[in-house]
Amino acid sequence: MNERIDYYAKRAALGLISRREFVGQALALGVSASAANAILASAVHAAGPQTGGTIRIGLQGGATTDSLDPATAANFTATQVTLLWGEPLLFLSDGGGLEGRVAESFEGSDDATSWRFKLRNGITFSNGQPVTTNDVVETIKRHSGEDTKSGALGLLRDIDTVTADGDSIVIGLKNPNADLPYYMQDYHLIIQPNGGNDDPTAAIGTGPYILKDHEMGVRFVFEKNPNYWGDYGYADTIEVIVINDNTARVAALQSGQVDLIDRVPPRTAGLIDRAPNITVHSVPSAGHYVFIMHCDTAPFDNNDLRLALKYGINRQEMVDKILFGYGQVGNDTPINGSYPLYTEFEQREYDPDKARFHYKKSGHDGSILLRTSGNSFTGAPDAAALFQQSLANADISLEIKREPDDGYWSEVWNKQPFCTSYWGGRPVQDQMFSTAYLSTADWNDTRFFNDQFDQLLTAARAEIDTAKRKKIYADMGMILRNEGGLICPMFNDFIDAQSERLAGWEYQSIGFALMNNTAPMRMWVKA
Amino acid sequence: MGPITGLLAQRIALGLLLLFLVSILIFVGTMLLPGDVAQQILGQSATPEAVANLRAELGLNDPPLTRYLEWLGGLLSGDLGTALTSGQSINETVGRRLGNTLFLAFWAAIIAVPLAIFLGLLAVRYLDRWPDKMISATTLTTISMPEFVIGYILMFILGVQLNWFSPTAVGFRPDADLLTRLDSIAIPIMVLTLVVLAHMMRMTRAAILNVMQSAYIETAELKGLSTFTIIRKHAFPNSVSPIVNVVMLNLAYLVVGVVVVEVVFVYPGMGQYLVDHVTKRDLPVVQACGMIFATIYIGLNLVADVVSILTNPRLRHPK
Repeated sequence: MNERIDYYAKRAALGLISRREFVGQALALGVSASAANAILASAVHAAGPQTGGTIRIGLQGGATTDSLDPATAANFTATQVTLLWGEPLLFLSDGGGLEGRVAESFEGSDDATSWRFKLRNGITFSNGQPVTTNDVVETIKRHSGEDTKSGALGLLRDIDTVTADGDSIVIGLKNPNADLPYYMQDYHLIIQPNGGNDDPTAAIGTGPYILKDHEMGVRFVFEKNPNYWGDYGYADTIEVIVINDNTARVAALQSGQVDLIDRVPPRTAGLIDRAPNITVHSVPSAGHYVFIMHCDTAPFDNNDLRLALKYGINRQEMVDKILFGYGQVGNDTPINGSYPLYTEFEQREYDPDKARFHYKKSGHDGSILLRTSGNSFTGAPDAAALFQQSLANADISLEIKREPDDGYWSEVWNKQPFCTSYWGGRPVQDQMFSTAYLSTADWNDTRFFNDQFDQLLTAARAEIDTAKRKKIYADMGMILRNEGGLICPMFNDFIDAQSERLAGWEYQSIGFALMNNTAPMRMWVKA
Repeated sequence: MGPITGLLAQRIALGLLLLFLVSILIFVGTMLLPGDVAQQILGQSATPEAVANLRAELGLNDPPLTRYLEWLGGLLSGDLGTALTSGQSINETVGRRLGNTLFLAFWAAIIAVPLAIFLGLLAVRYLDRWPDKMISATTLTTISMPEFVIGYILMFILGVQLNWFSPTAVGFRPDADLLTRLDSIAIPIMVLTLVVLAHMMRMTRAAILNVMQSAYIETAELKGLSTFTIIRKHAFPNSVSPIVNVVMLNLAYLVVGVVVVEVVFVYPGMGQYLVDHVTKRDLPVVQACGMIFATIYIGLNLVADVVSILTNPRLRHPK
């Protein structure tokens, strides 16, 4: 029987029979549908990547207002487009570690204040110009300089000096940072000729593709980069098409207008997966949907009130009804299993009695105002209504104010004391904590000022011993969970979908959409 | 031709004055939008330094009056300015986008206008009988539904299930052959047609019915002419003025009001372009689009006025 399944799997992998036929045959031989799909996936891999053809990708996020300058890339389309023509020093690997791109290897000094990146030998930009240490130094300077508008500036603030040394560049830091290499995989930090100082929007980099034609917010056409050093990039042509409307994106995939899409709405993901020629990939991520309270503003300056609200939320219900099961339960810290140094805590459960107890103890009276909007996260107004219901069981009254989508991020988020919001997650704990929970963070959107927490963060940065750092991060997570202004009921999965035309999907242990943006260059069109 | 020239000149002058007022309104209105361009461009990941640097670079620190006068000067010399966000010339992008929008509007109009007038005539011919009732019921149903709902329904049935037409306009290229382009916009055309049909049809029906009460129609009936000939030769020419008015209004809608349809079907026209720039607070583009839309609206209404003046014998042949 196994031989017959192998035979069918090979035929399906070669495209001689459809996936549907294969699953039908396998079912007839007594194999379950999920096992059949797994067999097929491995057979497709065994058949090996095939070159040629066109991959068409429908993505959300792109807008006519985007620029090709990697420094200002701020949405998923821009990120994907940038990473097709350009590369940072490092990439996230499938297992959640780092792998070299423009840099071949890296090492830090013992006190983590100086980092050396050895550049890959003999690689060139897509225009044929060789990559020099000067290009890398200038790139980092452009993103960290005084007058930069780079989205990566926040990460690079601690950089003191950037110098070339032989075939390497050396980054000197004002303060120790054991996670600096993780910053170097940020999608803003694309290595460009002369750092992009001459023309940041030239789209010349070391990536596997060359941008041939583009209309911002509409479509981008890429062709293979003949000067590319690596082995990514199987399709001859990649077309990125911006489709912001959820229904239209799914319809385009279903009708074969595109082969791959991101952000499948959780509400319909299950239905779409049932279609014969479509596979939905759901990857757990570090992105989280949150309710944030300002710890320095009444009534949220009282920790008992914060605890009352934390006990008054039904996390599992949120995952089931807001994410339709495509997500994980949160535990009031921004960290989950996606992070390399994650420590699991006891799960905080919905407990109306404890919520009532802490609410009484806080001495607060009257209702609490929560601001929300449809774009703060998908289903935020519904989530607010669920929260209102679960709090009502603990005799806490929550008043919901619906704010307009337009202007929410500039007028409500990080300004009003209690609102719904979204965080995309970061590759390492340090980055997440220093972006939003350090006292001096630009987006300390919970107004969390805790000296002990700040000291632990600084200590962790200087700690090279991973086990000790893990312990420090666990302590910090505990402080946030018990004292912070963050109510984190859920982590969302990234849901992508592909048609049967493509093969080569690899699951990632740290989830960002489309295999951390490598899907277009690592998937191929089946022959 | 004296009074007509005078009237036309007056209309055009009024139109220009209106455009000037609209320019002030647009400028002030866009200034009132909450949020700041630099903040919106950089998004959630903006640091205060980056925002300050970008603000300075974009010239957002100049007083509003200076910016308005500069903008108006540019408009008068035909220069719409530069997009703050992408740094591209607005003239160039708008030219392409407006071309796409007009292409869609043109084909929608080619189908919707004759169809609406024909259905209107048909409804009068079979007044209060089943064809009249059916036409009214159907068109009123489609106008009552939000256009994105009709869009999704047609996208699902005609695009995904039956695969007759492209469900979205992602395959649209301005330089593709006509058939490919029409396939891309077939469903958007249907949606637009369904949306504007009822208004024009009902107006045609009402205008003709109004004329049908006149004494000369009764005379024509007594002469023994068939109902359809009466409508065609006597009633329709005399009700052109209100019909042209409503047709122009709907043509303007086809150009100006297609934002939702363009966004839903991913059609690279003015609508999507405007929405993106409103989100990012890219004021020069929003203002430019506002002015273009206002010009089209005022222009088409001007045409409607002119046509009704020209079809009015009392104005054509003054005493």
